[in-house]
Amino acid sequence: MIADLLAWLTNPEHWRGAGGVPAQTLLHLYYCVVSVGTAMLIAVPLGLYIGHTGRGATAVVAVSNAMRALPTLGLVTMLVLIFGLGDTPALAGLVILAIPAILAGTCAGVDSVPSDIVDAARGMGMTSIQRLWRVELPNALPLLIGGVRSAMLQVVATATVAAYVNLGGLGRILLDGLAVGHYEQMAAAALFIALLAVAVDLVLAGISRLVVPRGLALAAEANRDGS
Amino acid sequence: MLEFRSVRKQYENGTVAVQELSMSAETGTITVLVGPSGCGKTTLMRMVNRMIEPSSGAVLVDGTDVREFDAARLRRGIGYVIQQAGLFPHRTVLDNVATVPLLSGCRRREARTRAAELLDRVGLPADLGRRYPAQLSGGQQQRVGVARALAADPPVLLMDEPFSAVDPVVRAGLQDELLRLQEELGKTVLFVTHDIDEAIKLGEKVAVLRQGGHLAQYAEPDALLAEPADDFVTSFVGRDRGYRRLSFRDSRRLRPEATDTVHIGDTSADVPSRAGWVLVLDAHRRPRGWLPPEAAVDGQLTEDQLVAGGSLHVEGTSLRGALDSALSAPSGLGVVVDGDGGYVGVVTARQVLDLIEEHRSSVTAEGVAP
Ligand SMILES: Nc1ncnc2c1ncn2[C@@H]1O[C@H](COP(=O)(O)OP(=O)(O)OP(=O)(O)O)[C@@H](O)[C@H]1O
Ligand SMILES: [Mg+2]
Repeated sequence: MIADLLAWLTNPEHWRGAGGVPAQTLLHLYYCVVSVGTAMLIAVPLGLYIGHTGRGATAVVAVSNAMRALPTLGLVTMLVLIFGLGDTPALAGLVILAIPAILAGTCAGVDSVPSDIVDAARGMGMTSIQRLWRVELPNALPLLIGGVRSAMLQVVATATVAAYVNLGGLGRILLDGLAVGHYEQMAAAALFIALLAVAVDLVLAGISRLVVPRGLALAAEANRDGS
Repeated sequence: MLEFRSVRKQYENGTVAVQELSMSAETGTITVLVGPSGCGKTTLMRMVNRMIEPSSGAVLVDGTDVREFDAARLRRGIGYVIQQAGLFPHRTVLDNVATVPLLSGCRRREARTRAAELLDRVGLPADLGRRYPAQLSGGQQQRVGVARALAADPPVLLMDEPFSAVDPVVRAGLQDELLRLQEELGKTVLFVTHDIDEAIKLGEKVAVLRQGGHLAQYAEPDALLAEPADDFVTSFVGRDRGYRRLSFRDSRRLRPEATDTVHIGDTSADVPSRAGWVLVLDAHRRPRGWLPPEAAVDGQLTEDQLVAGGSLHVEGTSLRGALDSALSAPSGLGVVVDGDGGYVGVVTARQVLDLIEEHRSSVTAEGVAP
């Protein structure tokens, strides 16, 4: 088995052209970035609104829990039946998959901002929108980005479904392997999906270090030392 | 002037936090709201910057109802310091202090220059400005909180238990600092505390509130100690109010007397033959401690041969300090020093008590109630 896997990996044929590993990895990555990016455009503003106003929190929690329970494959199949084959149903399925984690992270982030800080901001004369931008959002960033990371991990793992609707990505390699009974090919595809997940998560961790304000990192450190 | 006109606040859950309360705070003075926990101090204070709207009645700042201002704008014009400082953890100290000027449209550079000045004002080193709140001690955070409230140079300052989260020594330092700042700035300060000692130390006038937001007494601190309005105020100001009242008596008429002194480094030959305690000074004539009666000095006199001294009484300050210096000294002689800490003389508890008695009889003779 291991030998078969190595043989597959070292076969230069598998590394060339549109169906090769590099191209499919890029395509896979592209699906993930586009769907998580789209999910952020929807979930972050919504999460900020809910966290800031405290309105609609229960409804959103219920809906996003229901969304988590949806089987992505079934969802994508349904979307294909509605929209026909193509990028849209696959990406839409992934977006729906990514939204709950990002929404939950954003809401939790805003909720986690200590009330005395928000109160101080109000007392200093910040308007509602200034409080959101200048105080709540920066302080929500650690949890918000945490939400994005877990959404991204889910999406990288699940983007294989794109192959079911005749698209590319590492799922293509996996499904083709399944079709012809080449298990070493399926193992290789799974391996690349896992590696991609780790790599993407590392990149996001790096971005998190860059955008989370230094003061918050210091505060978290001080808390750890103190307890 | 800050004026509360029959304000009342009932929360949605039915709690009446403030009950038909009227009082006013003079411009340029520190007015303290004091009372037990839950008596409505915070509620009352937050009506001034419209963080809370009264259920009825009105709050006026210099004669204008605060409801006539846009709330956010009003708040930028009123300094606000809260209990745990409430600093923004994601901003540097300097940017925290610059918050309100930036909100009011000040340029960043200008706002930061101003912020740096304020750090200096509240006694913080300039390089602290680059740090984050998580890197400061509690006392430093409170100072930053005060600097932030002062940044836009507001005429009115609201302070809600600003010093309650720090230890007593730091708290005393911050209180002195506030008094010094107030001397320079002359703001209209509304200060909330549940600590009667803090109220008496800081307030030019003190409002004692009772549970349910009733104003039990509104008076100068001396009057509060001398004539508490009712049993509630009496028990709230505490047992030793007679002693604490001495804080308001100056000691100018106290006449310090000379006593035997020696210096650190003197040899046994210099030490007077004596039956009583001898005060030991250093080269700058600052008191270092006492030499017990009949104690042998062999060779040079050093610090470790001394008994620690009591509290020092700075010339011209209150009789409370004078009495305490005598009571706390091992020799029973309170040491009086000048502003630089140099030895002036000593006083006994008897002298202080005589002065108090003298004052009482002169006041009674004039027909004024004691
Ligand atoms: N938002 C609120 N809703 C309902 N009741 C409240 C609210 N805020 C305060 N209260 C109640 O109103 C009363 C006065 O509260 P307030 O915070 O003004 O007291 P305080 O004198 O500042 O107390 P402390 O010294 O503990 O800060 C208390 O009984 C409190 O429980
Ligand atoms: Mg309070």
